[in-house]
Amino acid sequence: MSDSAAIEIKGVTKSFSNGWLGKKQVISNLDFQIRDNEVFGYLGGNGAGKTTTFKLMLDLIRPDKGEIRFWGRSAKDRQARALVGYLPEQPYFYSYLTGAEALGFYASLFDMTGQERKKRVHALLDLVGLAHARNTQLRKYSRGMLQRIGIAQALVNDPKLLILDEPMSGLDPMGRKSMRDIILSCRDQGKTIIFSSHIISDVEMICDRAGILANGEITQIIAMDDAVSSNDDTIREITCHGGTLDLSGIEGQIDGQKNVKHLVRGNRHIISTADKKTADMIMETIRTQGLELVSFSQARKSMEEIYLKSTGQDTKPVAVEQE
Amino acid sequence: MNKVLAIGLNTFKESIRDRIFYSLLFFAVILVFFSIVLGKLTIGDPMKIIKDFGLGAISIGGTLIAIFVGIGMVYKEMEKRTIYIILSKPLARWQFLLGKYLGLSLTILVEVAVMTILLFSLCVAYEQALPWILLTAIGPIYIEILIILAFAVFFSAFSSPFLSGMFTLAIFIIGHFTQDLRLLAKGSQDTVFKALADGAYYILPNLERLNYKTRVVHDLAIPVQELGLSFVYALCYAALILTAAVFVFERRDIP
Repeated sequence: MSDSAAIEIKGVTKSFSNGWLGKKQVISNLDFQIRDNEVFGYLGGNGAGKTTTFKLMLDLIRPDKGEIRFWGRSAKDRQARALVGYLPEQPYFYSYLTGAEALGFYASLFDMTGQERKKRVHALLDLVGLAHARNTQLRKYSRGMLQRIGIAQALVNDPKLLILDEPMSGLDPMGRKSMRDIILSCRDQGKTIIFSSHIISDVEMICDRAGILANGEITQIIAMDDAVSSNDDTIREITCHGGTLDLSGIEGQIDGQKNVKHLVRGNRHIISTADKKTADMIMETIRTQGLELVSFSQARKSMEEIYLKSTGQDTKPVAVEQE
Repeated sequence: MNKVLAIGLNTFKESIRDRIFYSLLFFAVILVFFSIVLGKLTIGDPMKIIKDFGLGAISIGGTLIAIFVGIGMVYKEMEKRTIYIILSKPLARWQFLLGKYLGLSLTILVEVAVMTILLFSLCVAYEQALPWILLTAIGPIYIEILIILAFAVFFSAFSSPFLSGMFTLAIFIIGHFTQDLRLLAKGSQDTVFKALADGAYYILPNLERLNYKTRVVHDLAIPVQELGLSFVYALCYAALILTAAVFVFERRDIP
């Protein structure tokens, strides 16, 4: 096992009872590592097994086989959880407690003195911008405020590792920005962060690497730097202006594996393709048909496309489309 | 132990804000006051009726609260998803369960204390004297409630509130009849019935050992040794059931 890994997941499999139908495997042979001081995005659709993975990490549920370690310590070890801060998806709290009481209660589950607890609660309420609502009962908090109390309780022990389940869900744009800022500032403090999300742009913006989970298996791990610099499958987008653009003449020569999208907006044509040769042929057709070239751009493959391809959802028919 | 106390105090705070607690407390208070009416209507010493009925009300009221709050203890935490954050902290499951149990025990202690004060007030109004002797019955009633609460927690560690409620109620009822059942079985020829009655007697709690109501109301002597043994028996039994609850809860998934 690697010493530098913050989280090491090795051969983890988990199934749940499915009533009379036997058992349903939710996680199968999960195997990956998260490095120290890394922001790791965990992408996957509904039911892919993201929350189950987090619950396995926190020993809320036990794997059928395999093991999980934090800096070499078994996740089953209660003291290993002293290194961890966890924000569940749509966190629920004891609604009769005030913001300060709730954080004080969670702090009391760690080995902190009363004075330390008080200071920590004060600092956290400031950090998440809830100092003004410290004496308000949580039942009166808005969804966004609860999410902020959620991140505050996850930070109550100044953890080395943050596990955040859909931290941006239900937040308005301002809330999402402040959550991103908190995550990035945690990384700057040397913390390791794993968070799940449906929002691919958030993952693109703040992650060092992202793992894509589909049907309980990691299908791909992408380093963001590699995704940015990779030229494979670069999308070429051609915009031209003029009358009718007829691409039927080159359809036979287009590589069947390359997707060409042709959008028509009045006199404007936007054509995109991932294949360089096809792009050259389209440019030539534009020139011969007397249309005016407005722009030609090359865009890197987006996380969304990588995600869709990796989860096998990128199954659009390959054809020249006209809208 | 600090963590257990933190969970306990939080549970206490939660349950005294629970509406069901107040409705049951109200029900128990009504029962205590009903004893006045009954005392007036019945032939004989009205004080004995008031005391007898009042002690019964404390027992039934406390037991019902124990069942209602105990069966939802784990389930409510899971349903409201508050358990995920708690158990993600460096807290052992036994600490969580014990903390919850202690919190609920404190809640019920308050409830029993409120009803006791009411009953004492009634007695003072009639007799102009504080009936301290009633505490000899109320103490064991509370201990009995602790056993019932332990069962409610045990069942709630793995089954739904409805089933847990049914099972716990069954334990409460059978627990008061195991002694009688065994006596009845002794005179029976049916070996299966005998074995069942013996099994129930040895496995289930003998709650009649904690029933001193009649003896207290009728001023019959209660040896301190007997009382002490009953306490030790009941507390050991509650500890055993709680240990079983921890054993089950430690092994289950929190999905």
